[in-house]
Amino acid sequence: MIEGIIIGLETAFSLKNLMMVMIGCFAGTIIGMLPGLGPMTAIALMIPITYGFEPSTGLILMAGVYYGAVFGGSTSSILINAPGIPGTVATSFDGYPMAQQGKAGKALAIAAYSSFAGGTIAAIFLLIAAPSLSKVSLAFRSPDYFGLMILGLTAVSAFSAKGHFLKAMMMVVLGLMLASVGQDTLSDIPRFTFQNMNLADGISFVLVVMATFAMSEALTIIFKANDPTKVAKQISLSELGSIKLDKIETKKMIKTIPRSSLLGFIIGVLPGAGSTIASFLAYGMERNFVNDEEKQKFGKGSINGLAAPETANNAACSGSFVPLLTLGIPGSGTTAVMLGALLGFGIQPGPRLYQTNPEIFWSVIMSMYIGMVILLILNLPLIPYIARVLATPRTFLIPLILFFSVTGIYLMSFNNFDIYLMIGIAVFATILRLYDFPMPPLILAFVLGGLMEENLRRSLLISDGSWSFLWDRPLTLVIMLTIISIVGWQIYKSLIKKL
Amino acid sequence: MKITPSKIISLLFFVFSGFYLYTAHQIQVFSFDENAAFNAKTFPIYLGYAGILFSALYIILPETKPSNVNLKVLEYKKTIILVILMVLYGLTILRAGYFLSTSIFLVLSYIVLGERKWIWIFILSFPFVAMFMYLLHGLLNIYLRDPFLQYIGIMG
Repeated sequence: MIEGIIIGLETAFSLKNLMMVMIGCFAGTIIGMLPGLGPMTAIALMIPITYGFEPSTGLILMAGVYYGAVFGGSTSSILINAPGIPGTVATSFDGYPMAQQGKAGKALAIAAYSSFAGGTIAAIFLLIAAPSLSKVSLAFRSPDYFGLMILGLTAVSAFSAKGHFLKAMMMVVLGLMLASVGQDTLSDIPRFTFQNMNLADGISFVLVVMATFAMSEALTIIFKANDPTKVAKQISLSELGSIKLDKIETKKMIKTIPRSSLLGFIIGVLPGAGSTIASFLAYGMERNFVNDEEKQKFGKGSINGLAAPETANNAACSGSFVPLLTLGIPGSGTTAVMLGALLGFGIQPGPRLYQTNPEIFWSVIMSMYIGMVILLILNLPLIPYIARVLATPRTFLIPLILFFSVTGIYLMSFNNFDIYLMIGIAVFATILRLYDFPMPPLILAFVLGGLMEENLRRSLLISDGSWSFLWDRPLTLVIMLTIISIVGWQIYKSLIKKL
Repeated sequence: MKITPSKIISLLFFVFSGFYLYTAHQIQVFSFDENAAFNAKTFPIYLGYAGILFSALYIILPETKPSNVNLKVLEYKKTIILVILMVLYGLTILRAGYFLSTSIFLVLSYIVLGERKWIWIFILSFPFVAMFMYLLHGLLNIYLRDPFLQYIGIMG
């Protein structure tokens, strides 16, 4: 293994590969900030370029793009509440309120530090435990995944919408319903398409996230422009604030980062789980760990609430390389694109990769860490400039947000129907937000809908239609008991309030 | 039971879930799949029941934290005009092309929101869109259909 690490270090520290990491991080950050272009698109755009390189150089470039794009997505989440990718949705819960309070610089700095720390810790985990972790990831079966997804949805409903648990659960169901539109993945039978060809492929994630977050946020700001209370009062889009963190803030982050890194990495290792579940679970977990005073700040600009998902999504990015490199199973959509690129290089990832191509295996792992360092060096000095977007007057910023949203979906489909659908969803979302129906549970449910159905299908088919799969395996049972305790706690809390 | 806007929204969601459930039952599955433990309509049927359950619970149970919204202070006019502008933007984006429709949408939106700095209105519309198009079309190689720019010979 040590020999492999040395080979990896030699490859990663070659001038050419260092340049590639830098270019990748920079390009990824810019592309990730653009609406509708997440890491998956960013990597896909790089594939034709990488074919001229050696496999390790190509993979190093793509790893840099991956991390850069995730950070870029966080930036648009924090500044304009427009998460370009599912993994940064949880970042906006506290990042955007911080920006509204004139602490955009600080929020971006926390995101950069947390991403760096999460990525670093995960890279160390990856270095030590990659081969053995692949065996652990294989221990998870469909019922466990199904349980894990319900746990994620319940946790988000319970924690992201304080006092509105039932409203959040309705949003979860609505998100799952939206995800069910389109052809069934296994049988190709059309569902809820009403013979409209535009709905045959389902509704895209970018459409729903842009409609429910960026567009409806922009409409809400205009809608409440004369409201002297609540949201309208909080919107002070002219202050950037300092990027320096004081001792108390650093102390808060130091506690959050290790636990979120560990959780993020473990979730990232599970094939199919990825950074979205990791960031939402980390957000929920963090809320449970902090004291009551800090708990009240969640959703209103909590440092812990921002650091936790940012750490976890980066740690999960590193974790998702474990099943890719050791088993040949992509842990996320993005690593699936990378798998395609690897196969294009004539490399078959799997348990024998680090024996047959050690330079690729280890150099990618080493480059991840170098990528983290470069991302931090590159982005910290740029934060004041990036954050200046908030200084744009509202009369310019709102139309620009609407333009970015429409462009995001137009780039994906070149279709008027999708634009109308997005506007329709945005109008509904604006009304729902007005009455405190939370959007994060809807988004998470929409993202997980397909996977959830897939795992339920497998579980029910294996157990011959019996729901006993929920308690047959100890792991599933533990997950289900956790869900029951979260729901039970919500009921108990509402009963206590009544009494 | 006090009828609040949140309860009315929940009632609408209850009706929607009922319709969803009805439509889920209408999904045509393959005959060999009809009695399978899981088919294309199984998950939607569960979702329909879940929607009915949660919305019914919200309607029946007393509200723990009612939402207070002052409808009189909301800015309806500008919001509705912006939505109409977006619909028109969607309508023209393919016909007039990305450059023209986006630039005009931006100019009109700035004006609707009360902006009167004409130089900035111009800079943040036509030149801004041109630069954005260059980034997407020229640098990232993302195709943007634009009949207007093709007609005047700027775009190939």
